[in-house]
Amino acid sequence: MQVVFDALSLGSLYALGALGIALIFGVMRLVNFAHGDVIAFCVFALLWPSVDAVAIVFAGNLPWFLLIPFTLAVGAGLSVLSEALVFRRFRRANPATMMIASFALGFVIRYFLLMLFSSRPKSISLLPGLSQPVEILGARIPLLQVITILVTLAVLVGLTAFLRRTRFGLEMRAAAENFTMARMLGVRANRVIMGAFALSGALAGAIALILGSQTGTANIMMGASVMLMAFIATVIGGMGSLAGAVIAGFALGAVATVMQVVLPPDARAFRDAFVYGAVILVLIFRPQGLLAARGTKERV
Amino acid sequence: MARASILRRTIATPLILSALLLGFALIAWASGSRPFNQTVIDIFLQVILVVGLYTFIGNSGVISFGHIAFACLGGYVAAWTTIKPMMKGIAMPGLPDWLMQMEIPYWAAALAGGAFAAFWALVFGAVLMRLSGIAASIATFAMLAMVNAIYSNWSSVTAATSSVVGIPIVRSIWPYLIAAILAVFVAWAFSVSRFGLALRAAREEPTAAAASGVNIPRVRLIAFVISGAIMGAGGALYAHSIGIVTPDTFYLGLTFTTLSMLVVGGMGSLSGAVLGVLILSSLIQVLRWLEAGVQVGTGTFALPGGVQEIALGAVMILILMFRPAGIMGNSELTGRRARAEKPGEPGHA
Repeated sequence: MQVVFDALSLGSLYALGALGIALIFGVMRLVNFAHGDVIAFCVFALLWPSVDAVAIVFAGNLPWFLLIPFTLAVGAGLSVLSEALVFRRFRRANPATMMIASFALGFVIRYFLLMLFSSRPKSISLLPGLSQPVEILGARIPLLQVITILVTLAVLVGLTAFLRRTRFGLEMRAAAENFTMARMLGVRANRVIMGAFALSGALAGAIALILGSQTGTANIMMGASVMLMAFIATVIGGMGSLAGAVIAGFALGAVATVMQVVLPPDARAFRDAFVYGAVILVLIFRPQGLLAARGTKERV
Repeated sequence: MARASILRRTIATPLILSALLLGFALIAWASGSRPFNQTVIDIFLQVILVVGLYTFIGNSGVISFGHIAFACLGGYVAAWTTIKPMMKGIAMPGLPDWLMQMEIPYWAAALAGGAFAAFWALVFGAVLMRLSGIAASIATFAMLAMVNAIYSNWSSVTAATSSVVGIPIVRSIWPYLIAAILAVFVAWAFSVSRFGLALRAAREEPTAAAASGVNIPRVRLIAFVISGAIMGAGGALYAHSIGIVTPDTFYLGLTFTTLSMLVVGGMGSLSGAVLGVLILSSLIQVLRWLEAGVQVGTGTFALPGGVQEIALGAVMILILMFRPAGIMGNSELTGRRARAEKPGEPGHA
């Protein structure tokens, strides 16, 4: 039981990250390497700039009903800002150029944090009430894990409803399918792209909250590992396919957790290496990903 | 016949670049200052690494985020083969006996590092080169993360995340100069070779190239192995220049610096790779100097740490915005006027 919950909560984290990346990839074919640094930025937005080892909590002291919207807004804001300042100029560039630009932007954000906060990890206690265990089906599960899973499910349901039921969601799906065609039919490109960035940023904020309360530390590198797994999930899921990204995210979480249990203790430290290896194998057999999105196939 | 003429037409590029590097070395030698010496060594190392990157990325057009993994492999080979056996026994007790007793000179370690990295490039490449585009880039990223995860955890052989000390330090600039010039010539020779030309054709028009009989995964694999070997040798020399290695020396930071140098110089050009290093290294050096603090009037003026990377990132983004092909674009330094741009004449290699 414990294993199932571990797998689900790790998978939720990866799925949320993958969703943030897939949303942007869907509308503008941008592989956003800066996503992980947006996550880190959201955590640090709760702190007051200082280079001390003990974090001076600033916005983190807000009550939860203010804290959560604040973090999400920070993520969305930073993400939209990066679109307006940087990625807008790359609309017509090829995907490789955009990818490198986002890689550079991520570094700028990361070292901006380093400048303000130094590279030492800081301990923070975020939403401390969530670390108490609860008893479910005979297993003691930290409340946070349960909430993580529930939040992810809620986000998924909400996002699906948003994409299927609202006009904006429809426009976004149309843009993901065929951007040029959607524009011709009257979808406003800038608005859709802005919307995708805002959503993706808010998802980064959600991950930041979960990670921050889970690990109790703030580290400028904290986004990097989640981001890498999220990337892998988007690639395995089929670039641009939102459902594929989510499924692959959960699958990766499950594989990582199962490996943690199954592998002999000596090999456990290499869990991530095994996961990356498995990913490369999947890519060989299905280079388009598990659920290939329509319109991403290269045409001749 | 055609072969000889292509060699003659393009040989000027590596010669000019070597002369440029030699010029830097002579300045360092003439100035005789230790810190400046070290800076020039750093520049030569970056040249090796970026030229290694160019050999794959420039010719194939596939962005790789994973090449620094090969430098990591090479760096640790240098640690395994050159540290005194006694110290090795303490830091890395898990090494096999024959490796434990081995103590070879630095140049042999660099060759061994290159060979080791080339071997792994062959293994990874056989798998990765079947992918293309973004999937390939992300798979190389996964490879980098994988190598880093292994080297950061395998404590009996790599001392995990703690630094491995005691690698003999080579302070003379000449070995690095020779290695950098060699790297430039290897990269040039590859790009005018039959495989290099086929790979460039595949970069521009994959379908047409495949239809003309270019086996794309195979030519990519050849480029991957050669560039892996250059990176491995570069990594080994890197270890010899600072005397210590840690897995994080060869991770995202170095990936970012080398990639930005290549992008700024121009991904499709060997001259661009070398010039990118020279230009960005100078910029980094100035910023480092400012970060350390400069006497201005009565007070000192110092930039906060991290500005160096931020400026590097900003330069990279600006170059991508306004000159996406980099400073050199696809052209090379040939010592001739740019008349070669006229249509009909094949581009320089």
